[in-house]
Formats: sequence, structure tokens, C-alpha cells
Amino acid sequence: MAYSEKVIDHYNNPRNVGTLDKAAANVGTGLVGAPECGDVMRLQIQVDPITGVIEDAKFKTFGCGSAIASSSLATEWLKGKTVDDALTIDNMDIVEELALPPVKIHCSVLAEDAIKAAINDYRIKQGLEPIEDTKKHY
Amino acid sequence: MQLPIYLDNNATTKVDPRVFEAMTPFFLNDFGNAASRSHSFGWKAEEAVDYAREQIAALIGANEKEIIFTSGATESNNLAIKGVFEMYASKGKHIITSVTEHKAVLDTCKHLEKLGAEITYLPVAMDGMLDMKDLENAIRPDTILVSIMYGNNEMGVVQKIREIGALCKSKGVLFHSDATQAVGKIPVDVIADNIDLMSFTAHKMYGPKGIGALFVRRKNPRVKVTAQMDGGGHERGMRSGTLNVPGIVGFGKACELARLEMAQDAERLSKLRDKLENALLKLEESYVNGNKENRLPHTTNISFKYVEGEGLMMAVKDIAVSSGSACTSASLEPSYVLKALGLDDELAHSSLRFGLSRFTTEEEIDYTINYVTQAVNRLRDMSPLWEMFKDGVDLKSIEWSEH
Repeated sequence: MAYSEKVIDHYNNPRNVGTLDKAAANVGTGLVGAPECGDVMRLQIQVDPITGVIEDAKFKTFGCGSAIASSSLATEWLKGKTVDDALTIDNMDIVEELALPPVKIHCSVLAEDAIKAAINDYRIKQGLEPIEDTKKHY
Repeated sequence: MQLPIYLDNNATTKVDPRVFEAMTPFFLNDFGNAASRSHSFGWKAEEAVDYAREQIAALIGANEKEIIFTSGATESNNLAIKGVFEMYASKGKHIITSVTEHKAVLDTCKHLEKLGAEITYLPVAMDGMLDMKDLENAIRPDTILVSIMYGNNEMGVVQKIREIGALCKSKGVLFHSDATQAVGKIPVDVIADNIDLMSFTAHKMYGPKGIGALFVRRKNPRVKVTAQMDGGGHERGMRSGTLNVPGIVGFGKACELARLEMAQDAERLSKLRDKLENALLKLEESYVNGNKENRLPHTTNISFKYVEGEGLMMAVKDIAVSSGSACTSASLEPSYVLKALGLDDELAHSSLRFGLSRFTTEEEIDYTINYVTQAVNRLRDMSPLWEMFKDGVDLKSIEWSEH
């Protein structure tokens, strides 16, 4: 399968691989996917509680090149955004940016799910209601 | 050393230059039809085919009249199984095979099920070996054929063919073996092994693609198969179609070279294979799939836990290998062979098959060792599963969101 240059770049030079302290009150962690499906993403955000701006984002992904690239790109996009702005990241933006083929769209869906899961984890820690995901994929 | 390094020799091999050289006259000069009896072009072609038939028969301990040329092992498997089913229909309709066979056998059996055949698919143990008791218990009065592969294409596991052959003979059941991966790599003797039908092909042993053979025993017992292609009645009526003379000449030469060089090749390759395997097993949580004692000398299949197969394939693009996951297709199904061993999906997904050849050098193996080790370590540094494993988290205890 031919990967786009952007996928290959993210795969070879992944941005923001790493781990944040998941016990910290200002860190939200999202773990999505399943090992038997061949994709697991863990995405973490560290938020400035006063401004609501995401100061840092880290990921670790078990998956194919497209899954690694999708999560790497997601961390790049998250940094500097407010939590509310981060909720507007759509999986189709990732598909477009990385030129993912149809069989790899699920990687972008997983990345969006990971963002939402991380934000909800952060919100719950802050005593806020989790956001309901009403969006239907596919 | 040239990159990428070819280590996918269970898929196909490079043609040996000596084989190529033997074939060349039969394209431009001696291009006759081996079935033409009325002129020297035909005679020359027939003579070349006869000689190749002897070279091929000599490698497997057969008589040259027992070699039926086909387009390859897939056709040979089809001809053997469908041909026996049709020819021996009055005797019964039960066929026994195993779950780790090649698709050319499994899908042929599935096709026959639609036509009324009853098929028993024997399981294998965690090391890929068949249990002889399972086989013995599966044989019924109406069993007409047992079809068990010689060496497995994914793991290289070699079944106890001689024992299976002896059992089938004692029960009066025909025995077919798909020996595509074994012939030319390990000694195969159809007499000693009591094999009645055997499929093999040139391109897995440094010969050209598009030419294979089915061994069909002529004595004790005399075996016949119903032709699956009608036409000029070539190959003793079992396989019509103009013979692929250059292919056959190449196949013959490849068999001759294998007969003469197999022992030294096997010794050298098993040493290189073991070097590769032992080095990669130094990585934590890496496992060899399949029985290590009963194995083809040039093959190893290793799973690297906590890295994903497709990501791994992308990380090792300097080497040409196969993965246990069929991710090149749209389906993300892991290998049915590895799953049959009882491997978790994730282990089956994250496996690599290394197949060495006569042309593989020690330098290439050394490069591969470093290269794969680095790739696995890099992916594990990126893997949340590896981090959890290192933190002592039981992955089975996590409620995963299936998608």
C-alpha cells in the first residue's frame, strides 16, 4: 500500500511521543481502540486550568503507520488550542491533511475518539460533565 | 550489499542463473511443441522434456512416468484433490486435511463440500504439529484421501510425513502431500514416505514461475486422477495442454541442482537462520511460531509482542519479508495458520516470516538483525501496550473499546 508523504513523515518522525502524569488534575488521558483490532491509541493533554489552553500533548500508539500519523498529527493540532476549540477537531480534517485512503479512515476516527476521551477525562477531573459524543461516523 | 534485502523466499525465489541459462535455447531456437511427432523441432522439445522429467523424478525418488506437469502447485493441489474425488467417488466421499494447509488445498476442499464431499479439518497443536492419533481416529471406511502438507509455508513446520504415509497405506487410504515448500529444501522420497500424490513447483526452488508438477504413483497402488482440463490428452490423459518446454527444462535443471546442492545449502542456511532467530529472540517478548525441531532449514516465523504488524512492516522496508497479518488487503484478518496454533490475534498480527535462500549472505543476515531489532525497539517506545506491560498492567484486565 502506498502511504502519503505526510503519513511517512509522521511515522518516521513522530511528534510528541511520550507520557504525561495521568494522576495530575490538569492532565486528561484518553485510551481508545483494542489490541485485537490492531489499533490502540493513548492521547494525553496537559491543560492550563486558568486559561483552558492545552499546554502539552503526548501520544503513544500501537497500530499501523496511518494510526501513528493520525495521533501524531492530533497532538500537533491540540497544542495551543483551548479545550473547547479542541472539541471541534473532526476526523475528516485528519483524513484530508494526511490523505488517508478509505481503508484507513478508521485511524482518523480513533484519533478523534482519543481527543474526546482525553478531554472528557480532564473535564471529569475538573468536576465538569463529560461531553456526549452525538456524532455518527460513516 | 543491495537494499532491500530479499528474505521472502517462501513466497518465491530468484531463478538460479544456471537454470536461466539452461532455459534460454528453448525460446528462440528449440521452440518446438513437444507433442509434434513429425519434425525435428518437436523431437528436440520432447527430448528436453523427457530429460527434465528424469531430473525431477530423481529428486523425489519417483519414476519419470509418474510426473504430471502442471502450471504450479495450486493447479497440482486442485488436480490431486478434485481428481481423486471424482475418480474414487464410488469408494467414498470423505477427505481428511488439516487447518494449516495452504488455501489451494483448503478452498479446493470447501469447493468439494458443495459437491457432496465430507471433509475433516484436523486441528494442530500449539507448535503446528498434527497429532497422529487425531488422524488415525478420523479415518473412516469411506475415507478416500488424506491431504497433509509436507512443510508449512508460514512457519516452516514439517509434519511427520513418513508416519502419515505409513498409516494411510495400512488403512488403504490414498495420501496426497502439498510439498511445495519442502521439495528441493529437504530430502523428500515418495517411496519411503509412502506418498501417492504430491504437489510441488519450480519457483520455490530457484526455478521459473508457471511450471509445477503432480507426482501420481503408478505402482502399489496405481493411482489415477480424473483430468480437470479437457483437451489433447497430454500427460497420460491427466492434464491436457501444450507443455511449457522452457519452464520444464528450467524445472528439471532446478531439481538437478537441488539434488546435488541441497545438503550443503541446508546446512549453511539453517546456521544463518539460527543466527538470525537467536539474535531476534534476545528482544524481550519475542517468540518463534511453530515447532523448532521439525522445520524447514531456511524459514523462521517470529512474533514481537506489543508491536502492530502493519506498523512493523512499514518499519522494516529495507527487508522484503511477509507479515502474519494480511494488512496488504483491505481485511485486517490475521493469519489463519498462526491463529490455528492458538495465538492471540495481536501476536498473530505482529509476526514476521523470514525465508532465506541459496543467495542469502551472512552480511545480509547481520544487517537484518540490527535493523529489525531497532525497528521493534522504536515501535515499542511508541506503543502504549508496551508501556502498560512494563508497568505490570494486565492487558486482559482492561475494558477495550472495540471498534
